[in-house]
Amino acid sequence: MKPYETYLLDRANVAGAHQLATFQKLGGYKGLEQVLKSGMTPAQVVDEMKKSGLRGRGGAGFSTGMKWSFMPDITKDPRVRYLAINADESEPGTCKDRVLMEKDPHGVIEGSLIAAFAIRASAVYIYVRGEYRLSHDRLLAAVKEARAAKFVGKNILDSDFSCEVFLHKGAGAYICGEETGLMESLEGKRGHPRQKPPFPAQSGLWNSPTTVNNVETVFNAPFIVQRGAAWHAGIGTQNSKGNFLCGISGHVNRPGVYELPFGTTAREILDEKAGGMWKGRQLKAWFPGGSSCALLTGADVDVVLDHDSLRARGSSLGTAAMVMMDDQTSIARVMEVIARFYEHESCGQCSQCREGTQWLSQIFRRIAHGKGQDDDVATIEALAKGMAPGKTICALSDAAAIPTLSAIKLFKEELIECIRQKRDPLGIPAPKYASVGAH
Amino acid sequence: MAVPNKLMALPKKLTDEFDELVKNYPERRAALIVALHRCQEELGGWISPEVMEDLGAYFELEPVEVFGVASFYPMFNLRPVGKHVVSVCHNISCDLRGAQDVIAKACEVTGAPLGGTSKDGKWTVRHVECQGACANAPMFDLDGVYHEDLTVEKVAQILGGVR
Ligand SMILES: Cc1cc2nc3c(=O)[nH]c(=O)nc-3n(C[C@H](O)[C@H](O)[C@H](O)COP(=O)(O)O)c2cc1C
Ligand code: SF4
Ligand code: FES
Repeated sequence: MKPYETYLLDRANVAGAHQLATFQKLGGYKGLEQVLKSGMTPAQVVDEMKKSGLRGRGGAGFSTGMKWSFMPDITKDPRVRYLAINADESEPGTCKDRVLMEKDPHGVIEGSLIAAFAIRASAVYIYVRGEYRLSHDRLLAAVKEARAAKFVGKNILDSDFSCEVFLHKGAGAYICGEETGLMESLEGKRGHPRQKPPFPAQSGLWNSPTTVNNVETVFNAPFIVQRGAAWHAGIGTQNSKGNFLCGISGHVNRPGVYELPFGTTAREILDEKAGGMWKGRQLKAWFPGGSSCALLTGADVDVVLDHDSLRARGSSLGTAAMVMMDDQTSIARVMEVIARFYEHESCGQCSQCREGTQWLSQIFRRIAHGKGQDDDVATIEALAKGMAPGKTICALSDAAAIPTLSAIKLFKEELIECIRQKRDPLGIPAPKYASVGAH
Repeated sequence: MAVPNKLMALPKKLTDEFDELVKNYPERRAALIVALHRCQEELGGWISPEVMEDLGAYFELEPVEVFGVASFYPMFNLRPVGKHVVSVCHNISCDLRGAQDVIAKACEVTGAPLGGTSKDGKWTVRHVECQGACANAPMFDLDGVYHEDLTVEKVAQILGGVR
């Protein structure tokens, strides 16, 4: 791997950077200061983001500048507007936003404020998953410090920009990471995703124009305004710009969260960052970006990690959470775990998703436990095809169908053998705890 | 605010907190989920029907609406739990690195069945979905604190040391 410049995790690696004094010593809040003191307009900030090529890190990879530009023109629509920061981080395999919130919470706040300025939001709500206590407490302490130092609140740094930052807690439901489920939950309701349109930019939180951004997405903003869009656009590949946080977990020697430029190959990350597969084993299968994207095989390990390259392989970058599985892994077992997850997390509003995730979970469970039936693989395929694409209110149904179809495409023989032999063909015993949806 | 004068289960300390909390939102009920968290933390580890009734009164909602919200979110316990709660992640990254063994050991050490509470009421052990600690799998959450990079030995040691 060629040497490269880092910036996302530089402060996080310094002890005490979660406190304002250290954060500022390391250059913190300089991006916000620059925006407010240089006389940049919100439109100019949006433009910088567009030119920088920054894309969302919450999973869908949408252009951040473009998303911000969807907010209605303030001169024609004077409603209050909101920024919601998605810190629900619940996609299996994903643990990157947590690093930023725990170790560099002021960086998250600074990024949020720049985003809020750009979309003219008067309040930011950071929706932190309920289990992330340390993230929540560090952010809360940081907001307090920032308010005392005039980085948050009325007339920030004596400019005419005023913005509040509030924290909100989730309570264990994955679906609240979906942007409209998140808004329902922020309003104190069950996290049932909303039908779109209207899109959040037209009618989001409390019927006001709202932008929802992932933690890591806005975290990039201060670097971009300080170093310039051209600098950011100069890193990475054609349509994937800058550095990104990559979580790597599963059967590797050094699981972790690493900062890398787009364009790095999966093999480089596996070998040079994660220390290779554990126990000297081979890579059998992996998720490149959380469990909602298509599985790839060991033969795909030379793929470049970016949006286009992964799409070309039939998968996607998702949350850039690589989950690596060795050659002693039962695919039936993996899919049992994945299908159970979506069954547990479906909110139940759409029949395709509610019924589909239940069936997938049941069938994968019985295959993994040596009780599969002859036509199970065909049934799974038909079910998954009935669940996606775009047939439901939100993309959770797709998220369950995509890994399922990839498992059938890549490991059909193994699943069929598993059914025929009534046990895993590798001789891997069935799990002791027949995972009946948690709770 | 039309706060009812008779809240049976909510101590003043909490309603004072909620009075501050609701100011963070344009609508009062938005604070409900955070309030449920605080009730669970302060009032015995679960949300009793009485608490739901009071929250309904406080937020000007029907108790059934409060129940609808509380029951939607896995973190809220609608029945009593043990004095200590061990939530073991059983999602993919943890499963690949031995979550099943962690569950087995946790149940063995505590005497609690998976998804249930030990006879002495001291322990609840349950499985949960991905907790965002995947690069430090396997893991469990013990009373709100993450324990990561677990081995069965560590499980025995950590849980064995809890009073
Ligand atoms: C079922 C589901 C769960 C999601 N969970 C998360 C999440 O935990 N965190 C997140 O940032 N985005 C999540 N998303 C994506 C959000 O809907 C949204 O696209 C994202 O927060 C937008 O931010 P970005 O443009 O900055 O990436 C989820 C989407 C779906 C369909
Ligand atoms: S697709 Fe599934 S999770 Fe999404 S709204 Fe429909 S039922 Fe709920
Ligand atoms: S899979 Fe266990 S913490 Fe993510």
